[in-house]
Amino acid sequence: MAEALVNKILPFSSVDGPGNRTVIFFQGCNFNCLYCHNPETINRCTGCGLCLDVCPAGALRSRNGRIEWNSANCTGCDACLAACPGKSSPKAVSMSVNDIMKTVEKVKPFISGITVSGGECTMQKEFLAELFDAVHKLGLTSYVDTNGCIDFSKEPELTFAMDKAMLDIKSYDDGEHRMLTGMSNALVLKNAEFLANKQKLYEIRTVIVPGILDNYRNVAEVSKLIAKLDADIRYKLIRFRPVGVAGDIKKVGIPSDELMEELKKTAEKNGCRYVVVV
Amino acid sequence: MSEVLSIIKDRTLTYEQKIVSLARAAENTLSVLPISKEIQEYRREGIICDLNEGNAPYRPRYIVPDYERFMRQGSEFLRLKPARDIWEATNNLLILYSHVPSVTTMPVYVGNLDTLLEPFIKDEEEAYKAVRLFLMHLDRTVTDSFCHANIGPGATKAGRLILRAEKELQDAVPNLTIKYSKDTPEEFALEAVETALVSAKPSFANHEMFVNDFGINYSIASCYNGLPIGGGSYTLVRLVLARLAKQSNNAGHFLEEVLPEAVSKMREFMDQRIRFIVEESGFFESSFLADESLIYKDRFTAMFGMVGLAECVNHLLGAKEQKDRFGHNDAANALGQRIIERMHQLVSEHNNQYCKATDGRFLLHAQVGIDTDYGISPGCRIPIGEEPEIYEHLLQSAPFHKYFPSGIGDVFSFDETVKRNPAYLLDIIKGGFSEGLRYISFYASDSDLIRITGYLVKKSEMEALQQGKQALHDTVALGLGAVQNSGILERKVRHNG
Repeated sequence: MAEALVNKILPFSSVDGPGNRTVIFFQGCNFNCLYCHNPETINRCTGCGLCLDVCPAGALRSRNGRIEWNSANCTGCDACLAACPGKSSPKAVSMSVNDIMKTVEKVKPFISGITVSGGECTMQKEFLAELFDAVHKLGLTSYVDTNGCIDFSKEPELTFAMDKAMLDIKSYDDGEHRMLTGMSNALVLKNAEFLANKQKLYEIRTVIVPGILDNYRNVAEVSKLIAKLDADIRYKLIRFRPVGVAGDIKKVGIPSDELMEELKKTAEKNGCRYVVVV
Repeated sequence: MSEVLSIIKDRTLTYEQKIVSLARAAENTLSVLPISKEIQEYRREGIICDLNEGNAPYRPRYIVPDYERFMRQGSEFLRLKPARDIWEATNNLLILYSHVPSVTTMPVYVGNLDTLLEPFIKDEEEAYKAVRLFLMHLDRTVTDSFCHANIGPGATKAGRLILRAEKELQDAVPNLTIKYSKDTPEEFALEAVETALVSAKPSFANHEMFVNDFGINYSIASCYNGLPIGGGSYTLVRLVLARLAKQSNNAGHFLEEVLPEAVSKMREFMDQRIRFIVEESGFFESSFLADESLIYKDRFTAMFGMVGLAECVNHLLGAKEQKDRFGHNDAANALGQRIIERMHQLVSEHNNQYCKATDGRFLLHAQVGIDTDYGISPGCRIPIGEEPEIYEHLLQSAPFHKYFPSGIGDVFSFDETVKRNPAYLLDIIKGGFSEGLRYISFYASDSDLIRITGYLVKKSEMEALQQGKQALHDTVALGLGAVQNSGILERKVRHNG
């Protein structure tokens, strides 16, 4: 049976789609965003072993060039993540659909469904379709939190299997998007249109970063796009927060309430009916 | 008489609170109940405790009038005709409330307010004004937050107006419960969640479960007590398992000897209290509530309370480390269940001729503690400071709820960001109820009004009382005691995940 590399599972989440959801964070991402708040999910572990010495609980050991993590000993201090030079985690675990479903089944009465996130979950897309089928059999829904890096129009199986997607449009400007993420936004915008037309788009998100991004232009253009596609798609404006972020961008301040309110008004003026600020 | 004089001179008590305290002091000069030496010893050790009910009970502890009947017939004694509009309806109810006795001297149940008021909702804005003033009147005159109103399970215009007003008023009184069933409309339930995240109420009651225990005519009164409408509970005495456990060092001995002996003595004590109320106090022969069929003697029962299961289990197992303790360890949880099952069996074996509402049986009640309890967790709750993740917490707690028709519940504090996603909380409530949870309460971590254990108090008022200022509600003092002795403000805040 296929397996996927999972960074962690959060049994209850109030911020990853409608209702209460179990969130599965997959390991690995093809973007490298300046403001990534969980950079330890970006790369796969190379087994370099630099984390071994910093673990105060003896929860890590190296075997055959691979790092093994003993969850029972782990205290969750995250010293290993801080020591990792490769934006990875020794705590990612290879899991089958059945493994994940064990957690989902345990909390099933309390949730509306699951959300797959990351990293970038669609990098393990074959696995997702199989997982979603299992989730649907329990009468739950499956949402996909994605950076839009795969062409959903060429992934009919995944698109069909998922209930809805939550898509980041990090910048409307291709140059700015490349500066921020290292990738073009052409496919992201194409996916927004494709998924909206298929009624598969629950939410679009944009992170607001003062001084780094042209926030006004991004919100203005994205909100116009939403109004054109389907004004009822949620538009979530996310304040940049330095928590978990690595590098110089940590020094950027949190956007003010006034700025967020102004951007919200802009989006509403452009026709979005459901704008959320977090 | 020094106690009387110190009540008179106490500057933190309001005039009203002094009168109640003086009445209690007067009652306690009597000793009219034949209490055996053994019972007296349990009481002295704080193992059996009558929760301030007094030495000569002259009214049932909790009275649950049939307000539906009152709305239909008015009251001859109070010279009230059935109401014709929202102003008369709210006025009639407020008049009746001041004549409903209880252990606090104030009504602990004020009706299923939405269905009582719904026939009078014509012009919605006028009705809102009436409902808002009515609720404010309750808060300022029924100065004890064990006063409890119910709404639901159906959605009504009146129910929505009550939620809207509570969201705006954010008052401690009345305590509020929504009876939630599978048929409660989603939107109404979500409005209730949104209100609770602002005003720490309503709590959610598992309607199907209560109906199964009591039939459709049940109420939620005082903290979270399920009781029959038109009746109530004569008494609530509690068994402090945390202290009783100290008489034993192993589970077998505790279950087979220590517990049965204590339960037997407590049943006897409760029998004495009930006998005095029914046979000697003359309550039922001298109350217009009984004369006018707003209460019936045969709809009363009695509540057998327990508290401190967690500490009892941890003591019997000698569990020191978190992983071995109640709430975290399968064997500890299983022992908790065995104790409650045994207690349920021992309590059910007993027959009291006056508890007709429940075929002569007492009902188990998971008591929420009192202000002076130190290191004793409410009912079957996991101690504050040891709470596991919320899904584990709910799954651990749910199996206990079926034993406690007359009340059990869990309280959760949620990070304020949850306000953006009320459906998240409703999912948790639905899940809890499907797993057998009877009752759940919650509030947002940024709320001034919070649920202490089973009643509501404002943090700001506890601070004022601590500085020697008077508090309008007598429950503020109880809340402050619980904050100081039970770490209520350290209750785990449930963040995302």
